[in-house]
Amino acid sequence: MKTLGERDEFRNTSSRGTRILGGLSLVGIVFMGLIGLWWSPEDSDMGDLVRIMYVHVPSAWLAYMAFIITAIGSAMFLWKRSVWWDLIAGASAEIGVVFCALALATGSLWGRPTWGTYWLWSDVRIVTTLVLLLMYAGYLALRHVDGDPTQRSKRAAIVGLIAAANIPVVRMSVVWWSNRTLHQKDTVTLGDTKLDNLQLFTLMFALVVFMVLFAWMLLHRFRIAWLESEFEQRGLEEALIERRAESRVEPERLLEREATDRAMRAAEVRP
Amino acid sequence: MWGEITLVTGKDLRIERRSRVGLTQIAPFAVTVLVLFGFALEGDSATLRAFTAGLFWVTVVFTAILAVQRSFTVESVNDNRDALRLSGLDPIAIFLGKAAALVIELLVLEVVLGFVVAVLYGGSISSPGLLGLTAVVATIAVAAAGTIYGVLAASLRVRETILPLLLLPVLAPVLIAATRAFEDALGEVAVNGWSWLVLLTLTAVVYTAFGALAFGTLLEES
Repeated sequence: MKTLGERDEFRNTSSRGTRILGGLSLVGIVFMGLIGLWWSPEDSDMGDLVRIMYVHVPSAWLAYMAFIITAIGSAMFLWKRSVWWDLIAGASAEIGVVFCALALATGSLWGRPTWGTYWLWSDVRIVTTLVLLLMYAGYLALRHVDGDPTQRSKRAAIVGLIAAANIPVVRMSVVWWSNRTLHQKDTVTLGDTKLDNLQLFTLMFALVVFMVLFAWMLLHRFRIAWLESEFEQRGLEEALIERRAESRVEPERLLEREATDRAMRAAEVRP
Repeated sequence: MWGEITLVTGKDLRIERRSRVGLTQIAPFAVTVLVLFGFALEGDSATLRAFTAGLFWVTVVFTAILAVQRSFTVESVNDNRDALRLSGLDPIAIFLGKAAALVIELLVLEVVLGFVVAVLYGGSISSPGLLGLTAVVATIAVAAAGTIYGVLAASLRVRETILPLLLLPVLAPVLIAATRAFEDALGEVAVNGWSWLVLLTLTAVVYTAFGALAFGTLLEES
């Protein structure tokens, strides 16, 4: 019987599907760099700064998408009580935090030459996005608190849902307090598109690439989380027993190998 | 339902009245924070008056963390939380009762802080109605969120550190909105305080609804 370390599903977290997704996102990022940095024209208002948008906008969208997945995972966990949903929620939140931080960082870099400052306190959307980031940092911290896994999952699920309830507030804030915000009003709106065709294509392409990247990261992170939870449930005990069994098997294997080596050498000598 | 709510609220308020922790520890802490803000801003009366609303609400939010922790520490001794679970009370009633007790405690504290602020920072009120309504609605939002996270953290070994991390970001919108509405009520900044009050009301409703739904599960797990 194969030991824990030898079974294929424990060797790594990749599969045929994730390898394809990984390859696609790598090629996509290279291509995105090419059209984003060279082939697409500069903007009539923003100039070259528009190129930051190709990373900034998809990051922000994906952060929101990740947090929505976390909310769905949380709700499904509370409904179905399946660890699967809890792990999806956790994995998605972790990646969401990364994209959220990326969106804030690229936004700041764009803001410096545009607004003359990295940070604008009067802008409701960036401030609330930061609050969102902090909220999910708390969510991740809660997930790392030791204790009974089921209790932990339930707590995390409820916090995940509460945090999600704030997403609409963030999204709508720019509309509600439009007289108090300097943020770009939704640039991409149906019918009234201000972006050039190639610029719009670049933005949409970047969004697709980021989505593939997100799927790739989510699958890997989920599988790691699943292994962690398996390990937690089965405990160190079992792993130790298997490890001991492995070391007992070892001398027998060595003897076997020696015997076959000897037989082969004998076969070579004979003719 | 109503009877159960007042039962829980009465219990929490009675404990506070008898233990006097709120009066002898939490309120002095809040006043100390206000004094420290005075030192940090170099006692400049113009600056203090301009930022009165924000400083007031930061103090309330910080103090609320202590009050929330207190609200659940009293139940951690002698397995009182188990007793609460076994009492047969509706979890929604327990949630609303505990939150109501917190609202009353915090409102009393806010009145005290209001007098202290008036003395230390100065300033005047131009719209008492907006001020009062904002205080009540914001306090409901703070207490509702506090009660959810309070019970969530109650049984954790890291409760003292995780509670502020979870609660403060959630209270940030309340802080922003309450500050803006207060600024209007105090006549310091020309903003429409009533529209911020709408946001506050929405937040209070969302947190209360969430709390009512989630409290039972969280109490079972605490």
